[in-house]
Amino acid sequence: MTDISPAQRFIEAIPHSRALNMRLESIGDGKAEISMPYDEALIGDPATGVIAGGAVSALMDTCCGAAVMSYPGARGTATLDLRIDYMRAAKPGQRITARAECFHATRTVAFVRATAHDEDEGLPVATASGAFTMESVTKARDSAKKAEGAQ
Amino acid sequence: MTRPAPEPVQVVKERRDNALRTLVGGIPYLRFLGIQFDRRGDELTAILPFDEKLIGNPFLPAIHGGVTSAFLEITAMMELSWSMLWEDMEKGALDPRALDPAHLPRLPKTIDFTVDYLRSGLPRDAYARARVNRSGRRYASVHVEAWQDNRSRLFAQATGHFLIPSRDRPA
Repeated sequence: MTDISPAQRFIEAIPHSRALNMRLESIGDGKAEISMPYDEALIGDPATGVIAGGAVSALMDTCCGAAVMSYPGARGTATLDLRIDYMRAAKPGQRITARAECFHATRTVAFVRATAHDEDEGLPVATASGAFTMESVTKARDSAKKAEGAQ
Repeated sequence: MTRPAPEPVQVVKERRDNALRTLVGGIPYLRFLGIQFDRRGDELTAILPFDEKLIGNPFLPAIHGGVTSAFLEITAMMELSWSMLWEDMEKGALDPRALDPAHLPRLPKTIDFTVDYLRSGLPRDAYARARVNRSGRRYASVHVEAWQDNRSRLFAQATGHFLIPSRDRPA
């Protein structure tokens, strides 16, 4: 795992991640772990105090993107599609932790899976799977070569 | 035969607007993102006014993919709740005056949600409309589309399945 501090600065440079008080727990080699504290402002169902699904999906999207960015050779990424399955309600008051893994990447597409847990490490609160665009170092090199050849 | 006089338009509008306001006003996360709803008859349009804290990529800049997903999900969920509330309200089964934050109908629960990102979200206001494709006794399938400048150029769309709260017992 690489040093957290520059990556944490990267997370803090994302205004929405800062708005949700996300904290980078670990990152490296196509894997990332990011957590987010419970906040009453994020409640989606006032009858239960449960955090909105949307806030959990923002956490998971960020975590998946971070996992792709840490994949060897990755230079940039954007979400193509993301599916989230909500297994159970997150316990009000508890911190939510997402773990994502980029388990395969071509020069153009990255495939990612993620889970989200509250402080109970048993059944996840939600799982996600998605496809992300991949801007890789090799692709950039290829297009630079192509541009050179065209001249 | 005498027909009952139709209700004055202002009374009808006020009843519907109040019901919508109560439904929307009770959800803190909507306020956090700054989402508003525009109503024309029973049709809802969700509006997400641009704000600095919604940014996910400060270099482009672009709206955070998670914000887009959250915006679509909340729009789908509100459309589903609103369509159920509307039905009860228009049938007269529910008195919207008795509707306050403590007596809101239970919200549907998201089972799954799949977002298709078509283009990056620009630093401008975004709009979304949802359509309930199927709503049974237990499950509902809802499709939702979001756009910014042009209605025909979507920047994201999504489909989600929802668990409908039981009507007989407050869960």
